[in-house]
Amino acid sequence: MKKHIDTLSAFLVGLIFGIGLIFGGMTDPAKVVGFLDIAGNWDPSLAFVMGGAILVGVVAFRFARQRTSSFIGGAMHLPTSSDIDRRLVIGSLLFGVGWGMAGFCPGPALTSLGTGNPKAVIFVLAMVAGMALFEFADRFWHQPRRAGAM
Amino acid sequence: MTIDWTHFTPGLSLLGGVLIGAASALFVLANGRIAGISGILGGLLRPRTGDLMWRVAFLAGLIVAPLALLPFVPPVIATIDAGTEVLIVAGLLVGVGTRYGAGCTSGHGVCGLSRLSPRSLVATLAFMGAGMAAVFVMRHLLA
Repeated sequence: MKKHIDTLSAFLVGLIFGIGLIFGGMTDPAKVVGFLDIAGNWDPSLAFVMGGAILVGVVAFRFARQRTSSFIGGAMHLPTSSDIDRRLVIGSLLFGVGWGMAGFCPGPALTSLGTGNPKAVIFVLAMVAGMALFEFADRFWHQPRRAGAM
Repeated sequence: MTIDWTHFTPGLSLLGGVLIGAASALFVLANGRIAGISGILGGLLRPRTGDLMWRVAFLAGLIVAPLALLPFVPPVIATIDAGTEVLIVAGLLVGVGTRYGAGCTSGHGVCGLSRLSPRSLVATLAFMGAGMAAVFVMRHLLA
């Protein structure tokens, strides 16, 4: 039963998140590029998306930090890493370049699939391929280190 | 720099942001998880038992969102300027980059900044800066 509630809740969260992305203008790549184009005719709207989300988020995460279990009764899966390393910076830079080129980041690209936009399909397929490429490379490079640790 | 007043939608964007924040709040409090979309999607490629359903359910919700709005808002299929080759290169970069950097606009940008995480602040500054640089090159140097 707990598992079903967990699944249902995850679905509702995805749905609300997606509706937020649509209202916010994040599913319109032209608007995203308009926000990133600070040297041109700048559309600051997306700063309001982030601002609104963080305003609510700060309160929720402050509350979540004090909890030892979720409302549904599962564990709290909060990030533990605080490393500011090469992976973090290089990965984020690569992501940013792709984001600027297409005007899509992962969430809005997935939500755009629901509108049947063929260009969103192409982007999502390439993005999943990129993620699979990472999985492959990560396993390949970390295999010897793991074996050595044994 | 000029401000694009014709496309500026502060009210709607703020509403969208509050909904995104509310969804992230619900997820961390009810499910105990971070609404980081690249991590939720990428985690499907690293399958573990008991870890599948919530990911699929979240992504399904995200994808059906435009359909849920159909009765109230006329469907909008966004016009996308980027051609197929650009979309493929961009998609690959977003896929590799978000997994290598362990997060995207949602995980680092919304949830991480909400947690006041310095790590996520660095990531957010890096992808925003790189995004602005990419747009500058494509719009003002190459175009």
